[in-house]
Amino acid sequence: MRVPLSWLREYVDLPAGETGRDVQAKLVAAGLEVETVEQLGAGLKGPLVVGQVLAIEELEGFKKPIRYCQVDVGRANGTGEPQNIVCGARNFRVGDKVVVVLPGAELPGGFAISARKTYGKVSEGMICSASELGMSDDHDGIIVLPPEHEAGSDAIELLELVDEVLDIAVTPDRGYCLSMRGIARETAIAYELPLRDPALLDVPAPNSHGYPVKVADPIGCDRFTARTVTGLDPEAHSPIWLQRRLQKAGMRPVSLAVDITNYVMLELGQPLHAYDRSRVNGAIGVRRAEPGEKLTTLDGTQRVLDGEDLVITDESGPIGLAGVMGGANTEIADATADPGTGQMVGTTEVVIEAAHFAPVSVARTARRHKLSSEASRRFERGVDPQAASAAAQRTVDLLVLLAGGTAEVGVTEIIAPSAPHTITLPADHPDKVAGVHYGRETVVRRLQQIGCDVYGADDLTVTVPSWRPDLTDPNDLAEEVIRLEGYENLPSTLPLPPAGRGLTERQRLHRRVGRALAGAGYVEALNYPFIGEEVLDQFGLAADDPRRDVVRLVNPLSDAEPALRTTLLPGLLGALRRNHGRGEHDLALFETGLVFRATGDEPPAAVLPVDRRPTDEQIAALDAALPHQPRRAAAVLAGDREQAGWWGQGTPVSWADAVEAGRIVAREAGVELIVRQDQQDPWHPGRCAALLAVVDGEEILVGNAGELHPRVTKALGLPERTCAMEIELDRLERAGTGRVEAPHVSTFPVATQDIALVVGASVPAAEVETALREGAGELLESLRLFDVFTGEQLGEGKKSLAYALRFRAPDRTLTAEEIAASRDAAVAVAADRTGATLRGA
Amino acid sequence: MSAPNKSYDPVEVEALKPEEIARRRDEALAAIAAAGDLEALREVKVAHTGDRSPLALANREIGALPPHAKADAGKRVGQARGQVGQALKARQEELEAERDARVLVEEAVDVTLPYDRVPAGARHPITTLSERIEDVFVAMGYEVAEGPEVEAEWFNFDALNFPPDHPAREMQDTFFVRGAKDDEPSGVVLRTHTSPVQIRSMIDREPPIYVICPGRTFRTDELDATHTPVFHQVELLAIDEGLTMADLKGTLDHMVRALFGEGMSTRLRPNFFPFTEPSAEMDMLCYVCRGESVGNPDRPCRTCSSEGWIELGGCGMVNPRVLVACGVDPEKYSGFAFGFGIERMLMFRHNVEDMRDMVEGDVRFTRPFGMEI
Repeated sequence: MRVPLSWLREYVDLPAGETGRDVQAKLVAAGLEVETVEQLGAGLKGPLVVGQVLAIEELEGFKKPIRYCQVDVGRANGTGEPQNIVCGARNFRVGDKVVVVLPGAELPGGFAISARKTYGKVSEGMICSASELGMSDDHDGIIVLPPEHEAGSDAIELLELVDEVLDIAVTPDRGYCLSMRGIARETAIAYELPLRDPALLDVPAPNSHGYPVKVADPIGCDRFTARTVTGLDPEAHSPIWLQRRLQKAGMRPVSLAVDITNYVMLELGQPLHAYDRSRVNGAIGVRRAEPGEKLTTLDGTQRVLDGEDLVITDESGPIGLAGVMGGANTEIADATADPGTGQMVGTTEVVIEAAHFAPVSVARTARRHKLSSEASRRFERGVDPQAASAAAQRTVDLLVLLAGGTAEVGVTEIIAPSAPHTITLPADHPDKVAGVHYGRETVVRRLQQIGCDVYGADDLTVTVPSWRPDLTDPNDLAEEVIRLEGYENLPSTLPLPPAGRGLTERQRLHRRVGRALAGAGYVEALNYPFIGEEVLDQFGLAADDPRRDVVRLVNPLSDAEPALRTTLLPGLLGALRRNHGRGEHDLALFETGLVFRATGDEPPAAVLPVDRRPTDEQIAALDAALPHQPRRAAAVLAGDREQAGWWGQGTPVSWADAVEAGRIVAREAGVELIVRQDQQDPWHPGRCAALLAVVDGEEILVGNAGELHPRVTKALGLPERTCAMEIELDRLERAGTGRVEAPHVSTFPVATQDIALVVGASVPAAEVETALREGAGELLESLRLFDVFTGEQLGEGKKSLAYALRFRAPDRTLTAEEIAASRDAAVAVAADRTGATLRGA
Repeated sequence: MSAPNKSYDPVEVEALKPEEIARRRDEALAAIAAAGDLEALREVKVAHTGDRSPLALANREIGALPPHAKADAGKRVGQARGQVGQALKARQEELEAERDARVLVEEAVDVTLPYDRVPAGARHPITTLSERIEDVFVAMGYEVAEGPEVEAEWFNFDALNFPPDHPAREMQDTFFVRGAKDDEPSGVVLRTHTSPVQIRSMIDREPPIYVICPGRTFRTDELDATHTPVFHQVELLAIDEGLTMADLKGTLDHMVRALFGEGMSTRLRPNFFPFTEPSAEMDMLCYVCRGESVGNPDRPCRTCSSEGWIELGGCGMVNPRVLVACGVDPEKYSGFAFGFGIERMLMFRHNVEDMRDMVEGDVRFTRPFGMEI
């Protein structure tokens, strides 16, 4: 809502020196979000005067036609002589009154005016357009004023060019503040000044002579006022003050009748509609539309109506979408010259509608037809039903005054009976909400200020004013009291919660995982969860791969990414590619976050009641409507893991780094990962590890790691040999061993034994290691693979694995025999399980 | 006087003569002093203190002396050997120190060489800032609550007193999830705020409830310098007997002091949210200029645009209707809640100029933030 300060002053006698910024501060404190205070005419300096065009000389030979005009500016130029002015606009004739800026003046934006040579003539000033004067964005030629203004008179005042406009973002609960009346009320309260309520008008009582109206749906439309004005002068135009107020409020002047309905809407908050009576067939009705009925609205769009749409009708069918937009078929006609007679013809009789429609109905219709209008915005947020007849009267008055019309005596008013809303609240309720002692007297006074009727002593019975449908609960009234007493006066006290338990194990784990990966050189990236399914094709996923069970959005930001991620990798690889493209080539990134897996048979989530807690079954049903949303961690790498430097060669990233990233994460969860060879897209079929963990005695897959498939790196434009790991934290969490048992630290000497085992090339090292551990028995303290060797001397298809074994007993120094026996036992089991032979044996 | 020792050997006695011992000792001391390095000293040591050295040999002679002469001779030889031994030790230490000094100089390196073998990793500042905020409240006894990002509309809107078709629903540009059947609305959205976690907390727990709900949220804003469709919020919910707006104010004041230092405060301005009543917009004192830039053109403040205050987020007393929907008795309990965007706080706390820097995952942006913020 744009509020010109000059207009506001009409209803509240603000102190003379009060600026827009001052009013802003007051209204902000009262809860109105005044976003800006626009200074109209800032920097404008006269002389800016009314001129009358005396003569026009058309200048030829330029790219566009140019006029050289003699303009009478009275004595404003000091001489009384006509002013010679070059002008590029063509929308004026000799005799028209225009706005002239004279040399020495300055237009908004620091545009200084001087006599200067242009198009071969000296232009002594300029004939102004509305946009040059900062009045509107209208570039369609210069301003032509109504003839009654005298040449030479000051146009700054005439056009009300200097003003301040408060731009207020009205919250959805404050529908009444979408009007000057509402803002004026808040201003009056903030300044503790009386309000001149523009809705306090003498309105004739309804009678049976009015335009016939039938309301078939009194719930959708609980009030309908119709008034008729005849004898309108089709040539009458909106006076400057009216146009200027509309412009300052952000609306475009259109024609007198339309301008008046808009003006009254801005003033009183009541949307109005004017029908050309000659185009309305018989009685006006209000009913729900027949499904499939058609209506062309004022914006020229033909709309197919829904059975829920509330429509205004005449005997021919719909003539308007109730509370949203009127129909083109009964639109007021602009004055045009009749080609036969040359006479100006247009609408001369109008029926004024001032009605009240149910907010939800208007909201649904507006949304269904994607048609938000000034009217629908107001109805959705609540319009004062009691202001309808005043608004109709105000419209009639202005049509009579400005368009020379005659008000017909008929007054139609159809009102569905309704009781005013009352709220009972303990007088100390606001005190309890605020934590401040206001006292009954203050509470009552503040509630009366906003228009409530208040009765009672300890328990107050409060009748809320008709313009505040948002006030329904005791806390609503508490807010009114507290805000008017000033939020800034609230004390500051710190409540003490009961002793808490700190972070949960799960939350600690999530933090640890982040720290561990960052500690290992990975940089966290938080990627959007939106993906296109194309990336799943690029990953080479099979048609039945569960990662294709995506959750799709109805309204994605981009049609290229309409789904939610089922894996963290697309986003993370995107970040890797972006970094690579920006010149960072040695990259290690990680992310932890949710992925989303649709089960495909989620039932729709019900809308449960809100007047009580839903049952556990109802909540379970809501949860069942949601996709599976496990938390995962992923890491990707490219380039060098260790950079080359003065210390020596760098180490390129490899599948092993990716697997290690998985181990880093698992370690934080207290899980020793089991690593197996795997083949899983998008990984390299020979360089992909399955990461498993034991949950409840059973091995389950928790993730994958390795080098990406070369086809995938190519398709995604990634650096060659990019590696990736993804692991499901929720599963890992279940595999955690929990409390660590402290190891017994033996101080007896260690015995080390190195062995090299020759096995088939395809035998996984992990299997050999498991066998060695089992065979070595309790005396084995640790075991480490320190070399892998392949070579001719081993023979085709063989590899040698070299292990360092460390033996130690808790209670004695081991004998050479014990050590040898343990070692031999280890080798024996490895030989048995994997066909290993001791190298050199 | 005892009788002379008949077996006395004049030749062997020569070595034990005081002058002879003194001569041998002086020879040894001279040789020690003359040893130029540890190798030479080792040779000197063998020559003058080894088993075949004159003093060692002399020592061996003592046993042959008559008893009355033993003590004297033993004392003389012992003293001489002691002196030699001490000199040797001193010279040894001297030469070792010299050698060490020389070798350590030779071993000197350029310690300014870089060692960025594995460049440092870092956590995203959104994550660490969120944790820092959580920790402020965890220290007070609050618990951290989490919930799903894809959420039922009932949790995201209805239970929070957004009636169907209310314009407030449209204030939050919502991503809707496609239903399993295309023609049927799913009733599921990407949560537009973390408030559904508050609802879940109230449904799952018994009052008193003091929770903080951090998490990812979604609205259909295009990414630009100041907007992102995926962002992070922290919300707080306190439900207890007798909680007031003053308690809300105090909690906010505590938070900004914990995060921005002593002397900080907050300001409440009336606003509207369906889930709180009364509702307020909360501002914090500008932590840079502390309000001094207001009306002071000589000291403009970039952080608050010389407004003195920085807009933080929304807050209010939990609407009793919300309590009812969650099964909390509004006659007995009241509560307050607030929420704000982490991105915004990160922007003004660390002078991030462009929202895109936070979402693109550029390592150059994230690395400097390290492990904590």
